[in-house]
Amino acid sequence: MILLTRKADFSAAHFYWNDSWTEAENYRVFGKCANRQGHGHNYTLEVTVEGNVDPTSGFVVDLKQLKDILEREVVSVYDHRHLNHEVPEFKTAVPTTENIAIAIWRRLDGKIPNAKLHRVRVYEMPDLFADFYGEGA
Amino acid sequence: MNGTVAHLSRRYHFAASHRLHIDALSPERNREIFGKCNNPFGHGHNYVVQVTFSGPVDAATGMVTNLADLDSFAQREMLDHFDHANLNTLEYFLDLVPSTENLCLELWRIFAEYPHAKLERIRVEETGNNAFDYFGNGAKIKHQE
Repeated sequence: MILLTRKADFSAAHFYWNDSWTEAENYRVFGKCANRQGHGHNYTLEVTVEGNVDPTSGFVVDLKQLKDILEREVVSVYDHRHLNHEVPEFKTAVPTTENIAIAIWRRLDGKIPNAKLHRVRVYEMPDLFADFYGEGA
Repeated sequence: MNGTVAHLSRRYHFAASHRLHIDALSPERNREIFGKCNNPFGHGHNYVVQVTFSGPVDAATGMVTNLADLDSFAQREMLDHFDHANLNTLEYFLDLVPSTENLCLELWRIFAEYPHAKLERIRVEETGNNAFDYFGNGAKIKHQE
């Protein structure tokens, strides 16, 4: 079994806000991230899949195919978008790095032929990242 | 996304000096073991400490832990003591070689006290070419790469 990791980048805006709280409470918990005008990041996504090496191709997965899946399922939806306003899963969930990793897992799970999703890592910046290994992991 | 467990990692930077030396051994033996790291005047590094915590993602905040809490903990418990310090002068290293392995163990002890999430891993990068990981009690992180 081999693990294979593919990276992709997207840039997006977001802010942190919980509608059931007062403005003061949102600022107390989320600090400057609560600014409702939003702010942005250059995100780096690392998707790790696991599978066996195909004896004919020598591949775990076809990298071009994986790149296209990441583009279709994630980058085309998230890149140069406002996550709170334009990406459906963040209508109800705060677009933290943790929730972005979970949401991307759910977007990709079951969509990669011949391989199993192992980890989704999302860097919000080089010194901060979240990992998700799947439900119940 | 309620109660689902995620891992959060944060990287902190500090600059410190140290000298690898064991008093009980002869100067020759120290030089033999530690090489240039035994230089009596010490030397320094830009250390990077990567801490990994796990926990359920809070439904209200979307967070494993609030970064403001983690950053202030790291500042108070680690950076205030380690940044621009000589590691050999810190209490923990008075009788212990301040190797990066031992630094990992001490940082584990410090961050294990963080009350809001479960510590999974301490990684210390001494230079861009060497890094040390500690997972606590010899246990590996469940999904180590």
